[in-house]
Amino acid sequence: MFVNKAPIKSYLSVGKSQLQSLIDGLHKLGYQTIGPRIVDGAIVYGELNAISDLPVGYVDWQDGGKYRLEPSDEAGHFDYVVGPDSLKKFLFPARETLLQSIRVDGTWNMATPDPAPHPLAVFGVRSCDLHALAIQDKVFLGGPYVDPGYQSRRNALFVVAVNCRRAAATCFCHSMKTGPAVEGGFDLALTELADRFVVQVGSTRGAEVMTNIEWTACTLQDIDDARSISKTLRDQMRTRAHNAETQRESELPRERHLDTTDIHDLLLDNLEHPRWSQVANRCLACANCTIVCPTCFCSSVSEVSDLSGDNVRRERAWDSCFTAEHSYMNTGTVRKTTASRYRQWLTHKLATWTDQFGTSGCVGCGRCITWCPVGIDLTEEVAAIRGDES
Amino acid sequence: MTKKPTLAVFKFASCDGCQLSLLDAEDELLAVAGAVEIAYFLEARTQQMDGPYDVGLVEGSITTAHDEKRIQEIRKQCRFLVTIGACATAGGIQALRNWANVDDFIDHVYAHPDYIQTLKTSTPVSDHVPVDFELRGCPINKYQLVELVASLVHGRKPRVPTYSVCLECKQRGTVCVAVARGIACLGPVTQAGCGAICPSYCRECFGCYGPNERANPISLSRHYQSVGVPSDHVVRLLRNFNAYAPAFRQASNDLQEANS
Ligand code: SF4
Ligand code: SF4
Ligand code: SF4
Repeated sequence: MFVNKAPIKSYLSVGKSQLQSLIDGLHKLGYQTIGPRIVDGAIVYGELNAISDLPVGYVDWQDGGKYRLEPSDEAGHFDYVVGPDSLKKFLFPARETLLQSIRVDGTWNMATPDPAPHPLAVFGVRSCDLHALAIQDKVFLGGPYVDPGYQSRRNALFVVAVNCRRAAATCFCHSMKTGPAVEGGFDLALTELADRFVVQVGSTRGAEVMTNIEWTACTLQDIDDARSISKTLRDQMRTRAHNAETQRESELPRERHLDTTDIHDLLLDNLEHPRWSQVANRCLACANCTIVCPTCFCSSVSEVSDLSGDNVRRERAWDSCFTAEHSYMNTGTVRKTTASRYRQWLTHKLATWTDQFGTSGCVGCGRCITWCPVGIDLTEEVAAIRGDES
Repeated sequence: MTKKPTLAVFKFASCDGCQLSLLDAEDELLAVAGAVEIAYFLEARTQQMDGPYDVGLVEGSITTAHDEKRIQEIRKQCRFLVTIGACATAGGIQALRNWANVDDFIDHVYAHPDYIQTLKTSTPVSDHVPVDFELRGCPINKYQLVELVASLVHGRKPRVPTYSVCLECKQRGTVCVAVARGIACLGPVTQAGCGAICPSYCRECFGCYGPNERANPISLSRHYQSVGVPSDHVVRLLRNFNAYAPAFRQASNDLQEANS
């Protein structure tokens, strides 16, 4: 067996077929491997045991309320961007039992389920999602109350990141300073070149996995080539604001960007702006935007009992600020109108999140735009409130 | 030990599917029978106890003059009156008659139309008497039904969310058929409860659970039209089991008016 130690932060050149040995190597270390898969017309995270199962040669076209996959001759292993799934579903599952209580002869026995997660290695994580991961880490692990389930799953997570070579029209990581270049928070990061991958080692675990894989050290030229991919894409994305005029006339989806100048005060100074009720005329309060958002963390906690009342489960499930139940208190639902719910969502995401957690709640992944059934677009809403109807 | 609450089940114009959901609760049925006294349930039990009842479940819509009177009587007999299913809650599929002339149907269907006595409309129970809780669905979901019975037995609010089917799709990991396939789906304006069955088979939601809280079918149908879905298709989608539910009714009427 080929054994070769790779230092952290090093760049390694790896043949494309070696990606399979990476999967096999992770299996040997006890990881279940997850990666992008095509299911029902979209890229989602599913089990990935063979490199041939990757959506090689596919690109995605995304716009408000629209997502389509298409084969493309130029496309490599990872030239689609994010789909509806994110790491959220693994670390903060849609449903989780927090407590189990059973009454026997009038005495309650309480038990906290042991999360004992399976070590998980996820392939294809983009820069925006690494930032989202860091935000969710803050939410679930920062501060005095640590979420034990999240923590154990997080510790068992191995991240194989990917540098994007193209962006969807809905991506705006360049505006949120969250991409497209992967900068940290990964175990391994891949950049696809014409004939191989450049692998950046980000952690001791990452280095350990690379020990059993065939690689050669990258030349300075290789590293340059890899870096220029992200740089070219970022530069392209940065011209979007200037291209807005020509884009308006074209049939192509508008390429998003978000002006974040003073966004905190802009939104909070405009709580009575007429735009909130205009967007509420379109908004369905369906909650899709919040559920696909990789940073949204709201949940409901309910006691689920059987008919006898002797078996009670405390269950946590994904919920959203767009539901009536979410703001239900002893006097009823606090946020009754769709306008108040949309405003709560957007002002939290882009303004009060900063007060609460010290970062924006938006990483510019564009999921909320694409997966909104009527294509409501937060970048457009902010622009309207700012007064530039671009 | 306190006396078990009494439960009565009544049928109006309906297909019996919701009552069957109760019988179909199999594993839970014995527990239900243990938790409540099934006092009146013709489909399940020959023994009939007289009212008043603690809980009355009503299936079916009001379509005859006789039913109009009967529902008043039932209301008086029941401490809690709960409608089960799309018929009792919104008028059901038979509420399509509300857009047509019922005499035309009668002439077409029956050999002796003169034997038929019916109202011109099919209306929800809540149009006639106050209703304490509405359990949605066509048919209802047995887990929600058991939850409803449990909540009544234990004296708490039932855990029946009013949010959209989309939340259930996303929770179970179904890819959105509207966004990824351009299929006109009612999920975003329909109340959850079924577990988002149809989209998991790549089909649209047909709105069995009726409009969700804050449903906005007017915006959704405008959007579907803007991406090329013919408006009569959207009208047909809205005019299903919950056609007469106010939000769906208004949206389909608006669409039709815009096209006439
Ligand atoms: S708010 Fe929208 S664009 Fe921002 S992180 Fe969430 S889903 Fe992505
Ligand atoms: S913004 Fe779009 S996805 Fe979000 S609740 Fe409104 S309609 Fe649904
Ligand atoms: S049509 Fe919609 S509400 Fe009815 S069963 Fe299917 S998914 Fe559920």
